[in-house]
Amino acid sequence: MSNHEHTIFSRRRFLGNGLTLASAAAAVPAFIGGTADAMLERMLTAGLTSLPGVPDDHILVVVQMGGGNDGLNTVVPYGMDAYYKARPGIGVPQAQVLQLANASGVGLHPGLKGLKEMYDNGMMGIVQGVGYPNPNRSHFKSMDIWHTAETSGTGDGWIGRYMDCECCGYGSGESGKPAKPAVDTGGLPGIAIGRTAPLSMQGRAAKPVSFESADLFRWSGEDIHEALREPYHAINRRGESKEIAADSNAAFLLRTALDAQVASDTIRKAVAQQTLATFPNSGLARDLSMVAKMIRAGLKTKVYYVNLGSFDTHAGQGGANGRHANLLTQWSDAIKAFYADLKQQGNDGRVLTMSFSEFGRRVSQNASQGTDHGTAAPLYLFGPMVKPGVHGEHPSLTDLDQGDLKYKVDFRSVYANILESWFKADSKPILDGSFKGFEVMKKA
Amino acid sequence: MPMQPQTPPTESPATKASPSSKSKPDQGGARINASMSPIKPENFGYDQARHLLWRAGFGGTPRQIQALASWGPERAVEYLVNFDQVPGEGVKDGTFDKDIMHPPTAEERAAQAEARKNRDEEKLQQLQAERQKRERWDRVQIGEMQKWWLKRMIETPRPLEEKMTLFWHGHFATNYRTIENSYHMFMQNEMFRKHAVGNFSNLMFGIIRDPAMIAYLNNNDSRKGKANENLAREIMELFSLGIGSYTENDIKEGARALTGYTFNDDAFTFNKGNHDDGEKTIFGKRGKFDGDGFVKLILEQPAVSNYITRKLYHFFVHELPPLERAEDSKLDASIRGSMRDLASTFLRSKYEVRPVLKRLFLSEHFYSPAFMNEQIKGPAQVIVGAMRSLDTPVRDLSILNDALDLMGQNILFPPSVKGWDGGRTWINTSTLYVRQNIMAFLITGKRPQGYDPSAETERYDPMPLLSELKTAEPAAMSDPVKVVDYLLKLTLGSTPARAQEPLLSFLAKNGNQLGSDHVRGLLLLITAMPEYQLC
Repeated sequence: MSNHEHTIFSRRRFLGNGLTLASAAAAVPAFIGGTADAMLERMLTAGLTSLPGVPDDHILVVVQMGGGNDGLNTVVPYGMDAYYKARPGIGVPQAQVLQLANASGVGLHPGLKGLKEMYDNGMMGIVQGVGYPNPNRSHFKSMDIWHTAETSGTGDGWIGRYMDCECCGYGSGESGKPAKPAVDTGGLPGIAIGRTAPLSMQGRAAKPVSFESADLFRWSGEDIHEALREPYHAINRRGESKEIAADSNAAFLLRTALDAQVASDTIRKAVAQQTLATFPNSGLARDLSMVAKMIRAGLKTKVYYVNLGSFDTHAGQGGANGRHANLLTQWSDAIKAFYADLKQQGNDGRVLTMSFSEFGRRVSQNASQGTDHGTAAPLYLFGPMVKPGVHGEHPSLTDLDQGDLKYKVDFRSVYANILESWFKADSKPILDGSFKGFEVMKKA
Repeated sequence: MPMQPQTPPTESPATKASPSSKSKPDQGGARINASMSPIKPENFGYDQARHLLWRAGFGGTPRQIQALASWGPERAVEYLVNFDQVPGEGVKDGTFDKDIMHPPTAEERAAQAEARKNRDEEKLQQLQAERQKRERWDRVQIGEMQKWWLKRMIETPRPLEEKMTLFWHGHFATNYRTIENSYHMFMQNEMFRKHAVGNFSNLMFGIIRDPAMIAYLNNNDSRKGKANENLAREIMELFSLGIGSYTENDIKEGARALTGYTFNDDAFTFNKGNHDDGEKTIFGKRGKFDGDGFVKLILEQPAVSNYITRKLYHFFVHELPPLERAEDSKLDASIRGSMRDLASTFLRSKYEVRPVLKRLFLSEHFYSPAFMNEQIKGPAQVIVGAMRSLDTPVRDLSILNDALDLMGQNILFPPSVKGWDGGRTWINTSTLYVRQNIMAFLITGKRPQGYDPSAETERYDPMPLLSELKTAEPAAMSDPVKVVDYLLKLTLGSTPARAQEPLLSFLAKNGNQLGSDHVRGLLLLITAMPEYQLC
């Protein structure tokens, strides 16, 4: 073979010199009416988003605190001298700590007035000293461990495995062998607000939907020119047709395309509603207001995931006021508004919220008036179904492991309890082992 | 090279001769040809050349398709498979920094020990901060490597080389996130490229010496008396034999054989002190086997040729159920026959991959109507294939690489040692929008959600795609039906009425003009078709 023939794969470059599509447009066709609404109706009533055979009344919302939230300045152990000794610059003064009923020596950061109110109304549970053995202080790794519920941090996500088990009978983890064949879920197993979906929601079969704003969960080609809209919808709303074998990949793609259109319509219509409560002006509040609206619209989605970042406070984190305090207030006010909205909807009893961070921070402040990566920290649960109060034992501030707290409760035993008592699922195949549930839910 | 089409693609004799062209390729019950004999030149036309380019590579432009069609099957397959005859671009030394994650030097270790001894918290924190800085920099470098590889796939004159590198990456899957050493990932990637269509034994002996794999499956923690079984298990279950062709005892004994196989910095080392040199029984044979001896025994197992060719078949021809749940006896007899044929080719060639691929790509079986346009493109196939077959500009590689992740194929970060499941697992309501929207980005430059909302300035001119049509039939350039059919043949491989109608009505409503804007509009719509996800 002669050498010059390699040019077959050399990429020719063309200089663009055409008009833009928009400028060449002539007619502007009208949007196909009716069809979308009819499908939306069918979806909401037939529950296209729900997994077959799963009771769809219970919902879990995960609010992730990314970057490693300083647990000691969130639930403040004001009763321990060692706390003030280790944190002369950033400790929260006892006088400013919000006192909690039935909790001795610990109280909430003053920025958490909204959560204090929820606590007083029996809507908040705090589990102290949550972690896992051989803690990893890398953001990546520790987050993966929380998401996979495996200390190796590898494999599928725990929520994904839950979805898999419910819908398809998959076992857990990467070595899990399917117990029965997967089925196409077709709809929306879980929704994450953000550009990428979290590892915890990725299963073998269950794949979450993710979007930063509902308006972007759709084809962007529509924005190029309106003339594309009608033919695009005609193409993607065909569904299956007789000429294509139902078990072929082409038929599968046509079904999924229709599902995607319907899901997009439903979600965008849901999110276009007004909220019932007033939400503060913050990213987390915006995300939770979207979740509230989707729940109100009756989506069958069982798990929603939102994230609040910037907790990696190595420098200048502040104490009762400052950077960390502002983050806590955002978190607190958003969750308070979320439950106010859910209550007006009458859905508050269906929605459990869990908030966690990949690790807490070191007991001692560092030289930059901040804190470095640590280990155990509190985990937070919200909703009228949670066992209210402060649970578990606070880790010692003096008996430390290389300057870090020793955990008291394995986070997987909290997951186990949520899976068992909230979702009525067998936690063993999901958590790849037996974790005695740590009671965070009211007894039924 | 013959760049002039001998006949217009829509009416080539091969197209007429092929029963696939008029029947719908995705119709149920389409024909599977059992024959592994070479396809006859008169049956190798546009459709077959297009199929070959998509499966053995990342698709081709009309010009490339027609060139291969005019060459005939023998020469076309030869050209793709014997790619070392095509000048390629080697990897320059120093492309990546190999020292970012170097093991601590003697001075660093001494400083650490000193600070520990003196309980010098500040110094310890400083050392930790330095380490974290290097880890951050290494994460930047792995991102650069992903883009580097993606660019290689887009631009390579040897598509099968990169496609097979991707195949081995999914086969010997290793995730950067676990090993946190970008240079080791690069070394592994280069090994896959070097042996892309070479001898499988080289990959097997290479993988037990590969620092990335050794770290990923914890063999560096394995030592005499405390053997870690991870590598021994996966090397049989996933890399060579498949479940059921070995015993738990073979794993235990194999793990003993592999003790001491570790690495220092970037190089494999055999740690004699950690090696268990006692007698082992593996597959019923007794001996003081080491890791190489273990691999030799594996390669003597008849299951190897079946397992590897099955996987190649799954990747290149037709999706098969996962092995652990497979009932191959229920597969179509001609599929079973072809896999047996390939396995015996693999054995006869003593595990050379090239002859297997050559036989496969030449076979009548490979071009069965039932297999044409029925494979779900993987994410890399979607992006690279679109850029290569439509000849779009190379857009921002960071955005394209992010899109791979959003579509479920974060290269160099496979989800587990099993690699990617592929097939239908690529597709859900969320990934389908990512697929459609990344195509809109390639065609128009409009960035996807979450990025700078302005469009990239380089415009994509689609008109050169039509030059083969223009040459063959100048009048067709103003005929909506002919232009639509020509583009559908290129992108979907067929012209079903359900795809034609909305496109023709789009053109009709816009004055039936066929300028570059309208062709871009057609391509936007076609690439948003569910069928476009197939190749």
